[in-house]
Amino acid sequence: MRAVLHLLVGLLAFSAPAAAVQPDEVLKNPALEQRARGISSGLRCLVCQNQSIDDSDAPLAKDLRILVRERLTAGDSDGAVIDFVVARYGDFVLLRPPMNVRTIALWAAPFLIVLSGAVFLWRRRNRSAAPVSAALTAEEQVRLDELMKRGDG
Amino acid sequence: MFVEIGHFALALALGVAVVQTIVPLWGVARNDPALASVGPAAAIACFLLVALSFGCLMMSYATSDFSVENVVANSHSTQPLIYKLTAVWGNHEGSMLLWVLILVLFGALVALSRRSLPAKLRAGTLAAQGSVSVAFLAFTLLTSNPFRRLIPAPGEGQDLNPILQDLGLAIHPPLLYVGYVGFSITYAFAVAALIEGKIDAVWARAVRPWTLLAWTFLTLGIAMGSYWAYYELGWGGWWFWDPVENASLMPWLAGTALIHSTVVMEKRDALKVWTILLAILTFSLSLLGTFIVRSGVLTSVHSFASDPQRGLFILGILIAFIGGSLALFAWRAPLLKQGGLFAPVSRESALVINNLFLATACATVFIGTLYPLVLEMVTGDKISVGPPFFNATFVPLLVPLLLLLPIGQTLAWKRGDLLGAAQRAQIAFGVGVITTLAIFAFVRGGPVLAPLGIGLGVFLVIGSFWEVGERIVGRASGASAILSRAKGLPRSAWGSALGHAGVGISVIGIAATAWGTEAIGMLKVGESLTSGRYTVTLEAVTPRTGPNYREDAARFRITANGRELEPVEAMKRIYTARAMPTTEAGIRTVGLGQAYISLGEPDASGAIAVKLHDKPLILLIWTGALVMAAGGGLSITDRRFRLAAPRRVPGPAALPQPAE
Repeated sequence: MRAVLHLLVGLLAFSAPAAAVQPDEVLKNPALEQRARGISSGLRCLVCQNQSIDDSDAPLAKDLRILVRERLTAGDSDGAVIDFVVARYGDFVLLRPPMNVRTIALWAAPFLIVLSGAVFLWRRRNRSAAPVSAALTAEEQVRLDELMKRGDG
Repeated sequence: MFVEIGHFALALALGVAVVQTIVPLWGVARNDPALASVGPAAAIACFLLVALSFGCLMMSYATSDFSVENVVANSHSTQPLIYKLTAVWGNHEGSMLLWVLILVLFGALVALSRRSLPAKLRAGTLAAQGSVSVAFLAFTLLTSNPFRRLIPAPGEGQDLNPILQDLGLAIHPPLLYVGYVGFSITYAFAVAALIEGKIDAVWARAVRPWTLLAWTFLTLGIAMGSYWAYYELGWGGWWFWDPVENASLMPWLAGTALIHSTVVMEKRDALKVWTILLAILTFSLSLLGTFIVRSGVLTSVHSFASDPQRGLFILGILIAFIGGSLALFAWRAPLLKQGGLFAPVSRESALVINNLFLATACATVFIGTLYPLVLEMVTGDKISVGPPFFNATFVPLLVPLLLLLPIGQTLAWKRGDLLGAAQRAQIAFGVGVITTLAIFAFVRGGPVLAPLGIGLGVFLVIGSFWEVGERIVGRASGASAILSRAKGLPRSAWGSALGHAGVGISVIGIAATAWGTEAIGMLKVGESLTSGRYTVTLEAVTPRTGPNYREDAARFRITANGRELEPVEAMKRIYTARAMPTTEAGIRTVGLGQAYISLGEPDASGAIAVKLHDKPLILLIWTGALVMAAGGGLSITDRRFRLAAPRRVPGPAALPQPAE
């Protein structure tokens, strides 16, 4: 869908949309390849719109995929690989924004909203709970008795 | 000739829309019924004019009139006729015209609706709707005119973008727009109610079918877009948390909340102020979505600045309509009288909790989508907010909502019995837990969350039907009594059961994606690749020529667990006019799962890169959405929406309806 909408606006020129990771990039060691895929899916293709390097066919994404695999083969931990990429390209490359002073509002917002909504509703409940009553008032009881009597006769 | 007629009709429609906005309100203010009744006629005239205009644009596409700039940029004489026609909305100008067409169509439908509305409400609604038409007709005419001529006319067009030459494109935008724009009616109803200062169950009953209609189409549109992206883009993903997708998800979430809050208003006359606010917000989010998509502001601040005219125009519309309606809301909402009270444990409270979670989920998508933009404007720092953020925030918000759903559905109105409701949900819950445990026991080494997700989905599907089941079976005995009871239930009860079951079905499909596998390899003819249950063998690569493309079709033998299936083809195409390559995935459906093959680049030795996915139960994702939409559609046909609420006559229809 996003492609349709992007294309309607003419924002994106897709180059051949296809299997992004090419066979020649795949590492021999399956465990290492698995880690490489995991890391790649969290790194943004810098020249694309919100696409991970794992999904993208852009040459830059390919370079980054190869870079990630080189670092992994050299023995880096996942964290070290990501740090290495961030050191070169900045936080912009991370699809999961890091939690820091600039993003705390972003991360906290969903939970603050649901909490404050719950508190608001809880306080309103205390304000309006009193009048609700399951028992009939005296008048209603009289009316009900009348109706019942009429029903019998 | 057609082109000038279309252009003129569009300009005339703008004039009529101005009449539709001003005259009915004036009539109401002066208590002049003749003036007030201009609204319906104007709305119908406006629709006919825009339909004529749209027909003219279609005509110039059908005849490949290359003296029209828009046709040149998006069509080609060799294109199949169907794609010539769908190309009308495969570009900015044409899709704005479609947007306006659907907008005025809804206005005409309100005007024609046989449901008798209070005169003031109808006049106010049509006037509010008319003002939206004015804004978007002006936008189309002034900044995005599809009828502009090109002199001298070139001999050939530049072709529609090949990715859009697909049946998915024929269906997706109209469905999505009916959804998006349909919420303009609920918005217009809300504005009319605020102007009148009165809102009651009649209002809720009048609005509800429109909300359901818009929601149903938006559901279909989003699902269609998701499936289209899945099979056309070739990497097998179905949802990307992309800003443009989020733009359609936000009104859907708000609209879902609105459907539920109007139920409370209709049945119990409560939650009025909140419902009005939601109706305004839902359409505001549709407008915001249009702004996001049309201005390109989210792709980069710079692309917005390079062509600011359209972006600024829509931003102006956005500020006027959202700001104006919210100001009206702040001024008039305190006048609305609060209605029915309810206990903390009741159907009403359950629906309030539903609204709390849906509104928060919607706000989360909103903040996640716009935060990077705002941060960049304020501090200059660039960050990305991608799928990992939404998975970490949106999903935890939805899980409690879904867990509570079957319990809330069986609570009574006004004052419910929590223990009883929990007991009624316990069998569904038990089956869900057993399903989860069974999967844990039999499937080794899979992801942990998938069995939990499937259990949740099963719980939802069974829980959704529990209430109608009880109402049918609980009080009747014998098959014929059950059948007649099933027929006697209001359609909206079945609709809500289906809608909720659809959510459960989608949850199962989404959870099962965790078991998907993929394999990549370079294949020469005769070589095989295995992923999960499927093995494919490349049989031949054949070059072919289509109407406006050339392609290499790779034919694969495919087996599932050793069983031979029909062979499958995947293609690499070059569309000649733009020299643009695309891939067409090869898909073989087995039960509810699919084998998905996409092609990559060939190498020097003649081998071609092949990616094979095993996607178990993937079709359930969209099946669930279809079931949800079916539920929405069924609810629209409920008897009580077809009746004239203000002048009900005694008879079977006037009997109190059981709560859904």
